[in-house]
Amino acid sequence: MEISGSMNMIGYGLAAIGPGIGIGLIFAAYINGVARQPEAQSRLQSIAILGFALAEALAIIGIALAFVL
Amino acid sequence: MSAATNAVLTAVLGSEGGEAFQPPGPESFELPPVFEIGSLEITKPMLLLAFSVPLIVGFFWAASRKQAVVPSKLQFAGEYVYGFVRNSIARDLVGSQYFIKFVPFLFTIFTFVLVNNYFSLVPFLQFPSFSRFSFAIPLALLVWVVYNACGVYKHGFFGYLKHVCVPPGVSGVILLLIIPLEFLSTILVRPATLALRLFANMFAGHLLLILFATGAAFLIFDSGNPWYAPVGVLSFILGILVSFLEVLVLFLQAYVFTLLTAMYIGGALSDEH
Repeated sequence: MEISGSMNMIGYGLAAIGPGIGIGLIFAAYINGVARQPEAQSRLQSIAILGFALAEALAIIGIALAFVL
Repeated sequence: MSAATNAVLTAVLGSEGGEAFQPPGPESFELPPVFEIGSLEITKPMLLLAFSVPLIVGFFWAASRKQAVVPSKLQFAGEYVYGFVRNSIARDLVGSQYFIKFVPFLFTIFTFVLVNNYFSLVPFLQFPSFSRFSFAIPLALLVWVVYNACGVYKHGFFGYLKHVCVPPGVSGVILLLIIPLEFLSTILVRPATLALRLFANMFAGHLLLILFATGAAFLIFDSGNPWYAPVGVLSFILGILVSFLEVLVLFLQAYVFTLLTAMYIGGALSDEH
């Protein structure tokens, strides 16, 4: 049996661990915050999504480079 | 590797029976043109993108045609989408002072991205337009122009540059570090990540669906080893489960795209701290 493919994808898989943990922490904090103070949800949501977008940017740059390089 | 292990491997993997499996890749997205006008090749995503516009216009025209105090089901659906964009995206993130001017823009972006994303799961269409990177770039550039124009309109050109690059409460040598970083992140990285996020999510999701579907078909029918069939069925079931995940992701990406647009506009319009 022959396995073919790009080693880049293994590197990308490893690189995606970081943003994965980061996004998990962001939403864990968001859920915590909403659980403690439900009326703050709309305020916390935008902050959480912004943090999520910034952390996810790393994973996105990673996938772009994994395909390009 | 010894001959015995080879024989076992061949027996288990059945590499002698069927032809090799061709995994899907980026080339799976390069569809042949549906038809050509002169030298212009019209492809499926182009048709889908064009088809989405009359679909959206038709739906909201039908939804708002007979307006009543007690709304019909269709009117309720239309108003629900509008209210969602207006209240939980535009008003919360652009700010109550300016948001009403941006509701049409945000609403258009939201419905446009949402419908084009959901083409991924409609039988026979089954292709998210934005899984082609060239479709996501103009959308992100449009957003880039809009939020920068808002900032320049509000603060003036140099005022906006200062607003973007110099965060309040920072002074001294650290500014040398902060100014290039803030400029890079706000002016250059934002449109790139906006386009890439939409593209990469659509691309990866659709690739996953192709992989599970073609993998299942290969394992059940073409692998030449009947023992593979149960794994193929498992792959097929997983493909269905991934489709349900995609229902969520497709909505989420349209939502995040609109949310970030609203957030960037809100940030550009915000007052000096």
